[in-house]
Amino acid sequence: MTVNGSAVTAEVADRTLLVHFLRDVAGLTATNIGCDTTSCGACTVLLDGQSVKSCTVLAAQAEGREVTTLEGLAAAGGEMHPVQQAFHAEHGLQCGFCTPGMVMAAVSLLAENPHPTEEQVRTGLEGNLCRCTGYHNIVRAVLAASGQAEGQDSQ
Amino acid sequence: MIPAAFTYKRAWSVDEALDLAAQGGEDAKFLAGGHSLLPLMKLRLAVPETLVDIGRLAELSSVRDEGSYIAVGALTTHHDLATSGLLGQELPLLAHAAGEVGDPQVRHRGTIGGSLVHADPAADLPAVILALDATLVARGPGGSREIAAADFFHGLFETALAPGELLTEIRIPKPAQAGWAFQKFTKRAIDWAIVGVAVQGDAVALVNMGQTPVRAAAVEQALASGAAPDAAAAHAADGTSAPEDINADRGYREHLARVLVGRALAESRSRS
Repeated sequence: MTVNGSAVTAEVADRTLLVHFLRDVAGLTATNIGCDTTSCGACTVLLDGQSVKSCTVLAAQAEGREVTTLEGLAAAGGEMHPVQQAFHAEHGLQCGFCTPGMVMAAVSLLAENPHPTEEQVRTGLEGNLCRCTGYHNIVRAVLAASGQAEGQDSQ
Repeated sequence: MIPAAFTYKRAWSVDEALDLAAQGGEDAKFLAGGHSLLPLMKLRLAVPETLVDIGRLAELSSVRDEGSYIAVGALTTHHDLATSGLLGQELPLLAHAAGEVGDPQVRHRGTIGGSLVHADPAADLPAVILALDATLVARGPGGSREIAAADFFHGLFETALAPGELLTEIRIPKPAQAGWAFQKFTKRAIDWAIVGVAVQGDAVALVNMGQTPVRAAAVEQALASGAAPDAAAAHAADGTSAPEDINADRGYREHLARVLVGRALAESRSRS
């Protein structure tokens, strides 16, 4: 498969999950394993541009496809992706465990809806859990990354 | 958590998928998006020896207008259902309900066919296609056959499909009555509905009120005999056998059914 623009080829057991392929074979450990039950979203990556939970995809299902992990977002020179910059500027993280998944879910959300309302950001991130409950700043970061002032339509 | 060992095979056509499944025997399973099957396999509640991946059969991923009905390929993802302009126009109940399944990541992978053949009575789309009087098209080694939605769900995780038979298409008649509504009650977006309701016209189907999705027959009869929506909704739990679990006991589910059917009928009528 193509991971972050580079071909990664390996022979793995049929039951290998995509998240294990990314972490253990490709050596890309930004993608975290949280709940392992399709609930928490910590393992979210992009598969052909769409957010998916990589604990519930077989590596074999991604064969020949494009996978993007958090490591693949920054520009070649190291400049952070706008969503990463916004998480930094708006303090969209506390412990940081959910952050890679949150950022990838946000990138997918903004690709589908470049100018979401605050409510659309909240529902668009409903597949990602933050145990620190730092949701407000995460939502602010996504709104900022979309070029909108924070809390335009906050309740 | 990883599944027990199995052999992975990828099909490039429906015929090849049927052949691969036949070779795998009774312990072969089709894999579409995997969002019902893989979690069960990780918990070892399902232990197939062979998985036949049908995920690349583009022929099964489409939404088409066939005049009197809409044909939905079994591999169409919830995301593609929710964002389909044709469905938004002709079957807004299905488009809306598909957009309420799970969360965005789940909707990017999960498919309508996978949801239907998994036959979890707590899932959203089985009740929706029941309310829409859909016809399911299955292909097996002996050819194709049609199964009415009302005859498809046999029990908890049990359907009318024979081993080795593949659901290929869902045919949904264009509704005669325009009003529709979908209501469900969950704790978190990613949870199954504790109770859900799908309404199209005077057809009412319930999520998680029995071993299968069920039509709220007593509500439909009351509506047919001229009862007001509120009065009809009082019959929402009649004849049901709601499960009891950590989320709710039977009495609570019956109460929820009455409340949600009342809301759904009011919402449906506001759209008709």
